[in-house]
Parts: sequence; structure tokens; C-alpha cells
Amino acid sequence: MINNRLVVSSSPHVRSDETISSIMFDVVLALCPALIAGAYYFGIRALLVTAVSVISCVAAEYIWQKLTKRSVTINDWSAVVTGILLAFNLPVTIPLWMPVIGGFFAIIVVKQFFGGLGQNFMNPALAARAFMLASWPVDMTRWVEPFTKLPLGNTADVVSTATPLAIIKGTEAVGQVSVSYLDLFMGNIGGCIGETSVIMLLLGGLYLIYKKVISWRIPVTFIATVAVFTFVFGKDGLFTGDPLYHILSGGLILGAFFMATDYASSPVTPKGQIIMGIGCGLITSIIRLYGGYPEGVSYSILIMNVATPLIDRYTAPVKFGEVKSRA
Amino acid sequence: MKILTFKGGIHPKYNKHLTEKIPITDLKAPEKLIFPLQQHIGAPCEPLVAVGDEVKLGQKIADSKAYVSAPIHASVSGKVVAIEPYLAPNGTKVMSIIVQNDGQDTVHESVVPKGDIASLTPQKIIEIVREAGIVGMGGAGFPTHVKLSPPPDKKIEYVIVNGAECEPYLTSDHRVMLESPEEIIYGLKAMMKVFGLNKGYIGIEDNKMDAIQKLKEYADKEKGIEIVVLKTKYPQGAEKQLIKVITGREVPSGGLPADVGAIVNNVDTCVSIARAIKTGMPLIRRIVTVSGSAVRNPANYAVRIGTPFKVLFEQSGGFVEEPAKIVMGGPMMGIAQFSLDVPVVKGTSGLLAFTAKEVELQPEKPCIRCGKCVEACPMNLLPVYMSAYAGNKDLEKAEAYNCADCVECGSCSYVCPSKRHLVQYIREAKQLILAQRKAK
Repeated sequence: MINNRLVVSSSPHVRSDETISSIMFDVVLALCPALIAGAYYFGIRALLVTAVSVISCVAAEYIWQKLTKRSVTINDWSAVVTGILLAFNLPVTIPLWMPVIGGFFAIIVVKQFFGGLGQNFMNPALAARAFMLASWPVDMTRWVEPFTKLPLGNTADVVSTATPLAIIKGTEAVGQVSVSYLDLFMGNIGGCIGETSVIMLLLGGLYLIYKKVISWRIPVTFIATVAVFTFVFGKDGLFTGDPLYHILSGGLILGAFFMATDYASSPVTPKGQIIMGIGCGLITSIIRLYGGYPEGVSYSILIMNVATPLIDRYTAPVKFGEVKSRA
Repeated sequence: MKILTFKGGIHPKYNKHLTEKIPITDLKAPEKLIFPLQQHIGAPCEPLVAVGDEVKLGQKIADSKAYVSAPIHASVSGKVVAIEPYLAPNGTKVMSIIVQNDGQDTVHESVVPKGDIASLTPQKIIEIVREAGIVGMGGAGFPTHVKLSPPPDKKIEYVIVNGAECEPYLTSDHRVMLESPEEIIYGLKAMMKVFGLNKGYIGIEDNKMDAIQKLKEYADKEKGIEIVVLKTKYPQGAEKQLIKVITGREVPSGGLPADVGAIVNNVDTCVSIARAIKTGMPLIRRIVTVSGSAVRNPANYAVRIGTPFKVLFEQSGGFVEEPAKIVMGGPMMGIAQFSLDVPVVKGTSGLLAFTAKEVELQPEKPCIRCGKCVEACPMNLLPVYMSAYAGNKDLEKAEAYNCADCVECGSCSYVCPSKRHLVQYIREAKQLILAQRKAK
């Protein structure tokens, strides 16, 4: 009755349908609303920058894996995610060759040098952004007002504007009034391609929580910590801050839902994820309120990324049965 | 209605609809039956019969002097034709008694009613259970009389009947609950008598509402029997999770249920106890679900112990397509088989045949540290790290990450998007660690 040989393997004999590709594709889907917002506010060039970034990341992964004679894994969508996230952290005016360098740096130096998927100790997109910011500080901070007409090529001549955080920090553009909550919420402000539209980012972030791709722990504790800290330590003394403004501006929502939750560089333990969120929130707030930069989300995440192995080690959950025997 | 549950766990596709509405049918005993001399945890039995001997239905044909063991009985009448090593469900050859069925079902003289619960002493009940060869029928096969005789310093306060049946596909316990509620309650009452308790519990998952209703009906006629409704989630039927949900107590790491004053028995075990007392018939049959996508007519059968697997599949109309994998037990913790000559043993709760599409082995991808295994682990462990150290054969670290506490439910492997064989690595390390501890 049976002709062929039977497969004998260890249990379990059934597996869930979820795969790396399905998870990464969910992340890509979740990033789409913000990408649409980016294209709406910053024009077609936003899509161009994103495309260049994504293609660079995928190409970098392909070339590296070919050169090192590994199996090519570009169909797992993870390089696409890195590419989109990198583009989301860039100003729309960025010269187009820069995301190419950034993409190769993210994939080859940050991801593949350390062992590839799951092994990177920092978020590749954020590490690449930090690298680009250090290398090309002017081009990386040339923000424009939404709906500015931009050439697809050279953008050196466009009129730049300040980001909402720079405005309240007073580091530049003194005299510009701070923007309305509604504009912040919708994304009708200057900033990186994918960070400005809170509503679209939330849409994607909630989708990821609904699909159980990420847990609520890191984003909720991250955002809550920033809210509490910026409220307590306000400009005009204790408990006078404007937490809503801080939540809605900068890269907090993007960072909290999509960057700090990067699997490879965030803790796996429930307690560890809460520590990660609080740590990111504290560092972000301190940089925003007292640091030299107007924005601290990227650096806070990068710093907490490095602490992740340590956090995991000290936050192992109490195992079942770790109780005294009832004598 | 209060529905209880535990932390962690998974929601696999249950596929119980294939057989849950199909009443149990008696499977005709085959020409030849095979009785492995070890169908339980503990010492193997020695044959009490020789080649050429006539045996009768219910006759004890093998036993052991060891305490942790259980005798084996002929499930038909006929003639012993061989005593030789034969392929058993665990993939090894086990010394087995092979009986040619004479088709007469001549009952052995020892099979007589043993009395009723009220008149039997606890000691006598334990003896009946032992003599009937009853072992845990949920799959593990731990001798029931040993469970019923905990050390004197462990006072049992909770007798729990496990009707959770959390494994996908399996419906044998479900059907038993619908078709033999009286016997389940009788078996439970016998165990309550052993421990002098006036309260007993039956835990059932809420995807079996008809069984819950049915048992409630019968439990209401008795005193002190509580039906506990459990949320449908794998592995709710795992002993430690079931005890925690019902008693609120956690079996300590490395301990036994008796350490928290509980014992757990499967529903079919209760039926076997009831029959051993009421009719004197030892454990010679069990309920087996035959299912899976490759099976033409999935069904639930009452099967004589010793029936080769192929007889069950033949009864189910064979295969719709060539099966790629045959599993004894459920798909989460069952054992893959490479031959259909293997016989049904006391712990065979199901036989599943899967098509190639369903059990396609996907290549292992690198761990992406998504942490889904951490969320799924019902023991609150960190499979992501355990399996990494276990895979590297770093036993010291594997032990530090509590590999020895793993219950091998497979939830981590199930959820892993990288399709890593987490529980397989952990299981290997666990066995090595336990062996090391024993050696010390």
C-alpha cells in the first residue's frame, strides 16, 4: 500500500504558515501608508529616493552573497525593509548617489559583516543613517516644506526649512512659529521622507501589532517614556512640557514602531523589551531637551541596540515551576 | 461559564472536524497481533507464555517483577506463534509476543467482575489497576498504579481527569467522553476512593462543548465532580499546565504532580479502570483516531491492542494519495513511523497520514530573533537561546537556560518563522543533561 519511503523526522510534524518572507512582507505593507504620505507631501522624488535605497540594499545583499558564495536570500524581503527604512530616514533632497552608499553600508558593513540576517547588533538602516549624517551633514539635513517643487536631479539650490523639533529647540530658524498638532499628526511638515506622517505610521504600526509581527511593549513604553519625560522637564520648569508636540514630531513614531522593534537588535524577553522601550525613551528625551542635536531617536535606538545582549541576559523570565516544593 | 487557561501556547489548525462527529466503531481483530513487551515507561515485561501456547482473551501474557512496569494481556484468543524482536512505535525492535487469532474471543477465566467501588479497599483498587495493565493512555504510558501510590509524605488533594485533548486531529478522547461518560466518572470515583477524596475534576477544552454538556449531565448525578472548562489552546493537555489551571499550583522544576498534591489521568485510562473493576477485563483495547489529509475515510476506532497500523488504514479505505509521513499520536508530539507493520500499543491515541504537501520539510533558515518562541513557550523558557546553545553542544549553557525543564510540546518549533528545529535541539540537550545528572 505504500511504495515510497516515509519521511521520519522529529516532532512537531506541523508548522505555522508564517515565514521570514511573510513577516518581512508584512513590514513592507505596514510601511506603505507612510510611503504614500511621503510621496504626497514631498513629491515624486520621495519615491525615487526610496527606490534607489531599496534597489541598493537588495543589490548589496545579492552581490555580497554571490561574492562570498552563500545562498542568495534577497527573496526574504529583509533587504527591502532595510532599504525602505533607510529612505524614510533621509531628507527628500538627498543627492541620489548617497542612498546607494548608505544602502551598501547598511547591508554589507552592518548586516553581512556580522553574520547576516538576525545577527546584526545594530539596526542596519539606522547605523547607515548615522554614518551618512557624519559623512554628509549638510545634505543629510536639508529639509524642505511639504509640496515644494523639487527637481529629480540636483537639489542643492532648493530653499530649506526647519523641522518642528529644531524650531522648539531654537537651534535654527529662530522666529518660525511652531507648527500645529494637526499638521504634525498628518505629516504636513518638514522632515525625513517617512517620519512626518504620524497617522500613516500609526496605521502601519498597529497593523504590525495586530498581525503579531511586533509586540506593543517597545513602542508603547518608548512613546510613554518620552511623553512623561518631556512633560516633567519642560522649558518653563517642572511639569510644564509639551509632550504631545514631542510625540508627534521627529522620528519618534517611526522609530518606536519600526526601528526599535528590529528583531535582531532588540531584546526577546518581555521584560527586556520594556527596558528597551524605556531606555530609548529616556535617551531620546535627554538628547532632544539637553543634547546638541534636535532629534535623538536614532541614537537612542542605536545605543539600546548595543545593550540588547546584556538586557536579554538579565531579564530571563521566571521559569514555570521555579517555586519551592510544597513540603 | 468560567473558562480557564495558561500563559504561552499556540493555536495550531485543529482539523478535528474530520472525525469529531464520527462515532467510535469496533475494528475487527486481525489474524495476527503483536504485543511488544514494553508499552509503558519502566521495566520491560517477561513473557509468561511460550511459543505454541494457547492464550485466551484477557489472559496475562507478560509481566515484570519491577514496581514501575505494567503487565500485558492477550487482546484475542488464539495461539502464540512467535516471541521475537519486532518493530515498535519508537522505531526500535522490541521483544514481542505474536499471537495468531482464532477468531473465537474465548474469554480467560480471570476475567470476572471485581466488585464495586464501595466495597473495595484503596489497596485493592490499586491492585486491580496494576493487574489490568493500565497505563497512562494519553501517550506517555506511565503505569497508573504507580501514580495511584505516591510516597506517603505526598498527600494527594486533586484527582484530575484530562479531557483537554489539545493535540490537533485527535478526537479519540472526545468520542470517549461522548460515548462513555458513565465509565469515565466511575473510573474517576475509583481514584477518588483510593485517595479518600470527595472531590474530583475533569478538564475539557471549550472546543468540545458537547462533551462538556454530556459529562456535566452525568457529573450532576454525583457529588463532588467538577467539570472544568478550559480555553482551547495547545498544550492545555500537558500535565503541568492542566494542574496549574485547575489547582493554581505549579509543579516544581524537576518535580512530579504529586509534589503539589495532584495526579492526572487521561479519560480513556478512566474507562479502562472502570472496566477492570466492573467486568474484570484488563486493558486490551483502546480508542484510536485515524485521520490526516492522506486518509480516505478518517474515523475513530475501538482497536484491540496489538493490531498492526495497516489494518486501521485499510479499514479507513486506504489513502487518497501516497502518504509522505505517518505519525503515531498527534502532529505536535507524535512519533513519525517508517513502517505500517508496527502494532497499536496502549499509548496509541491516533494514527495520522499526511500528504507530501502538508509535511514538506522546509529548509532551516537563520534565526531572526523574532521572539515568537519566547511568547509561545508554556514553561516560560527562552527557546531561542536554549536551542542555540543546545545546537552548539554547549551543555553547560544549555542547562543554565533550563533545557531540562522543557516539556517538549513543540510550540516553539511550530511558531518559528525560520522553521528551525528548536525542540529537537533542546530535546537532545535535555536528554544529555538528565543523563549527566543521573551519572552524578
